[in-house]
Amino acid sequence: MKYIDHHAHMVSRTTDDYQQMSLSGCVAVTEPAFWAGWDRSHADGFEDYFRQLTDFEPKRAAQYHIQHYAWMAMNPKEADDRVLSKEVLKRIPNFLDRPTVLGIGEIGLNRVTRNEIETYTEHIELALAHKQLILIHTPHLEDKLKGTKISVDVLRSFPTLEPARVLVDHAEEHTLQMILDHGYWAGLTLYPQTKVSAQRAADIIERFGPDRICIAGACDWGPSDSMAVPRFIMELRRRKHPEALIHRLVFENPVEFLSQSARFRIRPERQETPTLAR
Amino acid sequence: MNATSSRSPLSPRELVDEYFIENRTKLLEIAAFLDRLDRADPSYAARDFRMKAFAEALAGLSQSSGRVDYIQQLLSDPREVPLDALDRKSALGAYDRWSGEARR
Repeated sequence: MKYIDHHAHMVSRTTDDYQQMSLSGCVAVTEPAFWAGWDRSHADGFEDYFRQLTDFEPKRAAQYHIQHYAWMAMNPKEADDRVLSKEVLKRIPNFLDRPTVLGIGEIGLNRVTRNEIETYTEHIELALAHKQLILIHTPHLEDKLKGTKISVDVLRSFPTLEPARVLVDHAEEHTLQMILDHGYWAGLTLYPQTKVSAQRAADIIERFGPDRICIAGACDWGPSDSMAVPRFIMELRRRKHPEALIHRLVFENPVEFLSQSARFRIRPERQETPTLAR
Repeated sequence: MNATSSRSPLSPRELVDEYFIENRTKLLEIAAFLDRLDRADPSYAARDFRMKAFAEALAGLSQSSGRVDYIQQLLSDPREVPLDALDRKSALGAYDRWSGEARR
C-alpha cells in the first residue's frame, strides 16, 4: 500500500532505510528540522543542516523513488537558547523558497519554559508572515499534557492563523481531543517507547475516527523504526479494518494536509469512504 | 468533536485470541521488573516518585474502563504554568507529585 511518512528524520538514517521504506510502499517523506542529539554552537551549523535538508536529502530519497520534503525551524530541544534562536530565525527565510520546503516545523515546546514559548511564538509569526504551513512538536511523557495545552493556547492567540494549516504532532490519548476540537490536524507518531505503539494508534483511530489524523514513524537517531507506518498498516489489517480506511490514514489524509502547500506534488487517489465498526 | 464509541471489527473472543499471548508477556515483564527492583532494594520503590506513580498506575488497571486515559493523566504534570528556566533536556516519564522527597 502506498503511504506517506509526514515525520521522518532521514538525515539520521542510512540509505538502507530509504530502500526498505520504498519497498514497503513509501512514496514521500517530510522531514522536520530536528535536534542533533547535542546542542549546536552557532547558527552556521543550522544553515549547513538546512542545506542538507533541502539539497542533499531530496537527491538521496529520489534514488529510491521517494519524494523528500522539509520543514524549517529551530527544534524545541534547542529553542530555550534565545540568543541562538534569534540568529537562526533570521536565517530561515533564506530557505523558504526552496522547491521542497513545505513550511515551518517542527516547532513547539520541550520542557515548556518561558524561553521556549518565546521562540515558538516567533516561529508562528514567521510562518504567518511567509504564508507557510506549520508542523508542531508536542513535548514527551509527563510534559505532553501541559505542553500541548500551552502550545494550543499560543496558536489560538493568533486570530489570523487558519487551524487547518497546522498539524500538531506526537498526539496521544490525552491530548488528541483538544487538538481536534480547535480545528488542527493531529499526528500520531509511532515509537518503540516514548510515544504511541502501532496497537495504541489503532485503538485511538477506533475511538476517535480517522478525520484530520495522520500517522508517522518519526524515525531519528534514537530508538525508532523507519518501518513504523507499515507496521501500523499491518496492525489495522490484523484487526480486519477495511483497506479504504487504512489508505485514508496513511495516504489520503497526509495528501490533504500537505497539499495546502503548492510545493507538495502528490495528488489524491481517493478510495470509497471508509467506515468504522460500531 | 467527542470520541466515538467505535470498536475493533474483531469479536471479543478474537481480540483475546489475537492479543492474549503478547499481553501475557508484557505482564510478566512488569512482574519481573518489580521483582528485580525488590532484589536490589525492597524499600527503594517507595522512595522513587517514578515507582510510586507506577504503583498507582498498576492499581488503575483494575478500573472497569478508561484505563489508558487515567494512567496518562496520572503520569502527567498537572500544572499549567511554564518553567521559568530550563532545568534539563528530557522528561522523566512521571511527574514528581512528592517533590521534596529526594530520589535516592
